[in-house]
Amino acid sequence: MTVTTITDAQLAPKDYASDQEVRWCPGCGDYAILKAVQKACADMGLVRERTVFVSGIGCAARFPYYMSTYGFHTVHGRAPAIATGIKLANPDLDVWVMTGDGDGLSIGGNHMLHVLRRNVDLNIILFNNEIYGLTKGQYSPTSRRGTRSPSTPFGSIENPVSACAFALGAGARFVARSIDTLQAHLIGVLKRAHAHRGASFVEILQNCVVFNDAVFEHITGKDVAPEAQVAVEHGKPLVFGKNKEKGLRLKPGTLELEIVAAGAADILVHDETNRPLAQLLAALEPPFPTAMGVLYCNPTESYERDVYAQKGAGQGKADLDALLNSERTWEVVP
Amino acid sequence: MATSSISRPQRETRDSVVIRFAGDSGDGMQVTGSQFTLETALAGSDFSTFPDFPAEIRAPTGTTFGVSAFQIHFGGGDVMTPGDAVDVLVAMNPAALTVELHDLKVGGTVIVDTAAFNERNLSKAGYARNPLEDDSLARYQVLKFDITKLTADAVKPHGLSSREAHLCRNMWALGLLLWMYGYERTATIEWLNRKFAKKPEIAAANVAAVNAGHAFGETAEMSEHMVGYVVPKADAQPGRYRTVSGTEGLAWGLVAGLRAAGIEKMVFAGYPITPASALLHVLANLRAYGVVTFQAEDEIAASGAALGASYAGALGVTSSSGPGIALKTEMLGLAIATELPLIVIDSQRAGPSTGMPTKAEQSDLFQAVLGRNADAPLAVLAPTSTADCFHIAIEAVRLATKYMTPVIVLSDGYLAHAAEPWRIPVEADLPRFPVTYRTDPEGFHPFLRDAATLARPWVKPGTPQLEHRIGGLERDYDSGHISYDPDNHARMTKTRADKIAGIANDIPLQDVALGEDHGKLAVVGWGSTFGAIHRAVQMARDEDRDVAHIHVRYLSPFPRNLGELLQRYDRVLVPEMNNGQLVKLLRAEYLIPAEGFSKVTGKPFRVVEIAEAIGKIS
Repeated sequence: MTVTTITDAQLAPKDYASDQEVRWCPGCGDYAILKAVQKACADMGLVRERTVFVSGIGCAARFPYYMSTYGFHTVHGRAPAIATGIKLANPDLDVWVMTGDGDGLSIGGNHMLHVLRRNVDLNIILFNNEIYGLTKGQYSPTSRRGTRSPSTPFGSIENPVSACAFALGAGARFVARSIDTLQAHLIGVLKRAHAHRGASFVEILQNCVVFNDAVFEHITGKDVAPEAQVAVEHGKPLVFGKNKEKGLRLKPGTLELEIVAAGAADILVHDETNRPLAQLLAALEPPFPTAMGVLYCNPTESYERDVYAQKGAGQGKADLDALLNSERTWEVVP
Repeated sequence: MATSSISRPQRETRDSVVIRFAGDSGDGMQVTGSQFTLETALAGSDFSTFPDFPAEIRAPTGTTFGVSAFQIHFGGGDVMTPGDAVDVLVAMNPAALTVELHDLKVGGTVIVDTAAFNERNLSKAGYARNPLEDDSLARYQVLKFDITKLTADAVKPHGLSSREAHLCRNMWALGLLLWMYGYERTATIEWLNRKFAKKPEIAAANVAAVNAGHAFGETAEMSEHMVGYVVPKADAQPGRYRTVSGTEGLAWGLVAGLRAAGIEKMVFAGYPITPASALLHVLANLRAYGVVTFQAEDEIAASGAALGASYAGALGVTSSSGPGIALKTEMLGLAIATELPLIVIDSQRAGPSTGMPTKAEQSDLFQAVLGRNADAPLAVLAPTSTADCFHIAIEAVRLATKYMTPVIVLSDGYLAHAAEPWRIPVEADLPRFPVTYRTDPEGFHPFLRDAATLARPWVKPGTPQLEHRIGGLERDYDSGHISYDPDNHARMTKTRADKIAGIANDIPLQDVALGEDHGKLAVVGWGSTFGAIHRAVQMARDEDRDVAHIHVRYLSPFPRNLGELLQRYDRVLVPEMNNGQLVKLLRAEYLIPAEGFSKVTGKPFRVVEIAEAIGKIS
C-alpha cells in the first residue's frame, strides 16, 4: 500500500481550533499543550478531515473537543484500542491518541502496552501531571511515593511507574519526553513523533495548577532547569549544565550512567536508535538530570501496514457464492 | 474366486436413529462424528448433531471428565433435534460407557472396544468389576469387539508405531457404523487423503482402518444382533445443500451482510474464549471477502477496536461469550451514546462467571437486553437454528447500520458447534440494504436525525467539511455539542429509547411456528430450543391438544404484535435454558401470566421434557 502525503499549507494554528470554549482550569498546562499541538499541525500542514484525535477520560481527554479535526472522546483508558480499530478500518487516517497518566498507565495500562508492542501508526501523547485531576486530586500511577492526596492522607506508599521506561519496555519504537511550557521543544518533539511511522509515544510533563501545582518545579524551574534537564539529540554529546559543563558517560565496569565533567573522556553521544541507551536515559531521575527530547527512534513497518501487506488482505471482492459452496455439497433433485 | 454363499440378513428399516460416539478427548470422536455426518448428508438423510466435549483439551486419559462425545440424529423425516435418547452408543473406553450409558435406550446397542476395558481404565472410570463380564448391561445389546487389535491388524502394512496405530481406532469404528447404516465411505476416504496429504502412510493407515471396520460389518462372524439398517432419504426441498454449523452460518452471514450493506470492510475484533473463538478462526480466513480480523489484548479492546472501526466507516463486529460480553458492557454504552453501528455476537455458555465453558445455556438474555448502566437500549436478536445463524447475521447488519445502533446476537454453545443440512442460498437472492455515508456539509451536525428511523448520519472521517467531535458525554439534540441541560438529557434519553422501539415497525410481525394464532396454550421459546419445542408441540397436537409454538427471533424490541398475540392464548409456557428470563420480560412487558419452564443443566432440552411440561398444563 502506498502512503500518500497530503498537506494543507494554507492553515494557521487557529484554524485547528474548534468553535468550542476551552474549559480547563485557568493556568492549566493543557492550554500550552493545545497551543503547541495546533502550531505543530499548522507547521506540518495537517489536513483537518484526514486527522482524528481520540481520547479516553480525564482532563487531557477533553482535548479532541477543542480541535477542528475529527475527534472521538471515548471511555476511560480505551483510546488506544479504539484508535487501533480506526487505523485497521482506514490506515490512511492520521490518528492521535491524547491520554493522561491515569488514563494511559492505570486503567488503560494494558491497552497502552499492546498498542506500543503492536506498533500501530498512532501519535500517542501522554499528559503526565502525576495526579488524577478530573476526579479532584487522587494520587496517580506516576505520583511519587509520599504523595498526599484525598485518597492517601498519610502519603502514597506506592512506587511510581516511569512513562518512558514503560513505553520502551513495551517495545515502543519512538519514545520522547517534553514539557508543557517548553513550547519550541515540545513542537519539535510533536513533529518528530508525527513523522515517525508506527506508534510514537510522547510524555509531556504537565502542571496541574489546582491539585499538584509545581510538582515538576525541580525539573522545569528556570533556575534549576539547566542542571535538572539533559536535552538529548541524535549524534550530539550528552552534556548539560548552565555552560554545558557536565556530561554523561557509562560508569566503567557497570551498566550505569555517571555525571562527569564535559571534557572527560568517553562522554556518551546520543544514538536514538540504541534501545539500551534510551532505557538508561528514560530511567534517569534526580540527582541525575531528566532526559528531554527523542530518547528512542528506530522505525519499522507499522502494524496496520503489515496487516494489509498479508496475502489477500483488503481485497474484498471474492465470490460469496463460491464461499457458500466450498467443501462438500450435494443436490436434492425434485 | 469362490462365490460367496453367505446369506446376509435383510437390512432393517429405521425412520430415524440416534448415535453417540464417545471416547477420550484424544480419541478423535468429534472428527468421527463429523465424517459420519457428512456421509449421512451425502446419502440424503436429514440430520442434527450435538458435539459434547470437555473444557479440558487433553484430560488425563481414561478419566470420566475427559470424555468427549458427538451425537447425531439422522433420518428420513424432518429431524429437528439431536435426539432425546440414544439408539447406538459407541464407547471407546470404560469412562465413555459410564458417562454416556444413561442416555441409551433400553434395548439399545452398545459397541465397545474390549481392549480398552482393562483394569487400569476400569478403575479410572470407577468400575469395581468389568461391566462387560457381569449382567450390568443386560438391558442392552452389547457388541464387544477388540477394536484395538482389529485396527492394529488393519494398519500393520503401513508401518505405523503402536501409538499411531491406536489413533486409527476411531476410523475403524466409523467404518463399522457406516456399514451398519449402508453409507458410503468415499467422502471420508477423500477427506483422509486430503487431511494427511503430507503423511501418506498415515492417510493410508486411516483409510485401511475405515475399510477394515466396514469389511468387518460386511463379512465377519457377526452376532445375530449385528444387522444392517436402512434409513430413508429425507423429503427435502430440491436444491444444493451442504452442512453448516452455527459458527459458519454467523461468519458467512456477516460477510453476506457486509455485501448487502455495500460496506467495503468488516473489522472483526475478538479475544479467545470458549465457545466463541471458532468465529474468529473462520473469519480470519476470509480476508478476500473484506474481513480484517484482530485478536485484541482483551475483551474490552476487542469491542473498542470494533467500535473504532465503525467510527471510521467500516462494519465493526466483536464476539465473545457471557463473561467476555460483561467486559464489553462499557463499550456498548459508548456505542449507544455515540450512536454507531456495532455487532456483538454472544455465544452463550453456562455461568455465572467461568461456569461451564463448553456447555450451552441461554442465560445472557438479561445481560443483552438490560445489562448496562443507565438507560441504554439496543437491539437483540437470536437465531433459531444453525441455518438461521446466516440470516440473523445479515439482519443484524441491516439493523445496526440502518439505526446506527449496537445489535447483540444471542447464539449459544450448542448452536456454535451443532450442524445441520443447509440449502445453500444464492447471493443474488439475498436482501440488499446499501448504507449511505453522509458527505453533504449543508446543515450538518453529527446528531441530525433521520425523521423516520431517528438514526443519526454515518460520516467517514476523511470526508471534507464534516469534521466533528463525538463522545460519551451527553450531547445537545440540536447541535451535537456537549450538553448538561436537564431537559435535553431527558429528550435524548427518550429519543434513544424511541429509536430502538421504532425498529419494531421494521421487522416481521411475530408468526406462529406451529398451530393456531389463538387457543389454550402457546409454548414460547427463543434461540436454539426451536427444534425441541417444535417437536414437542407437534407431538401434543398429534394428540389433539390445543397447543401452538411461537418462537421469538427479535428480543429487543419485540415484534409489535407479540403482546396482542400472546393474549389470545389461555396460557403461555416459556421453556428456556436459564432460570426464567424471557418469561420475566414477557410478564413485565405485557402483564400476562406467562409461566416459565427452566432447564439449566448445560444440556439442550430433550423433546420429552418439553412434551411432559406441555402435558401437565394442557
